Amino acid sequence: MNSPPEFGFALLTNATGLHARPSVKLTQLAKSFAASVELGLSAQGPWLDAKRPVQVMRAKANKGETLYFRASGADARQAIAALVALVDGRFGEAEETAAPTIAEGAESDD
Amino acid sequence: MKKGSAENVGIVIVSHSAKVAEGAADMVRQMVGQSVRLAWTGGNADGGLGTDVAGILAAIDAAWSPAGVAILVDLGGAETNSEMAVELLDETRRRKAVVCNAPIVEGAVIAATEAAGGSPLEIVKQTAEELSPQ
Repeated sequence: MNSPPEFGFALLTNATGLHARPSVKLTQLAKSFAASVELGLSAQGPWLDAKRPVQVMRAKANKGETLYFRASGADARQAIAALVALVDGRFGEAEETAAPTIAEGAESDD
Repeated sequence: MKKGSAENVGIVIVSHSAKVAEGAADMVRQMVGQSVRLAWTGGNADGGLGTDVAGILAAIDAAWSPAGVAILVDLGGAETNSEMAVELLDETRRRKAVVCNAPIVEGAVIAATEAAGGSPLEIVKQTAEELSPQ
């Protein structure tokens, strides 16, 4: 139950940054996971609830900023992978990109 | 991932202007997608600016979901007529139709975003109302 949170980050490269449409996509994706998912503009937080669209839009993150994600719960790792993929894919027009299975070296779980 | 639109809260947009209502609905569709039921109504029965209780009732019916509907309105009459329409619903529906105190366009998009995630009516309303000026 109390496994440590998963972390991830991704650089915002789409032109509009985290404006309305990307914010909506991000919250929709976050909501599809059971894990609690948070978003920060620095690795130290402060952390916002990534499932709350108003909070995410108010972050007003611009192109060139890095988004940090923190998730806790059974599917936290999948949530982080999917969110990082969404940002890396510039919130691509495809409505639902299935979270790609990423083979990342983040093995240690201590 | 759950997607059944019938289970998500529906969104109703009520403006004095059909163009505003339709435009707000377009934004919801484009930004949020097809996973929520959505209906709009605007203008009075003569096609002028205004709102019409019968039109609002029809929109509520079109967007109806077992999870209820969140209604986004613009100015005065849209709100009072929407409240009147809610009063005219049968008792079971009446408890599941709420008028949100939120800006119409932004509120519709945000409410639909929340609804698309499967949130209950109370949370959908609350999220839209978070948009009120800071």
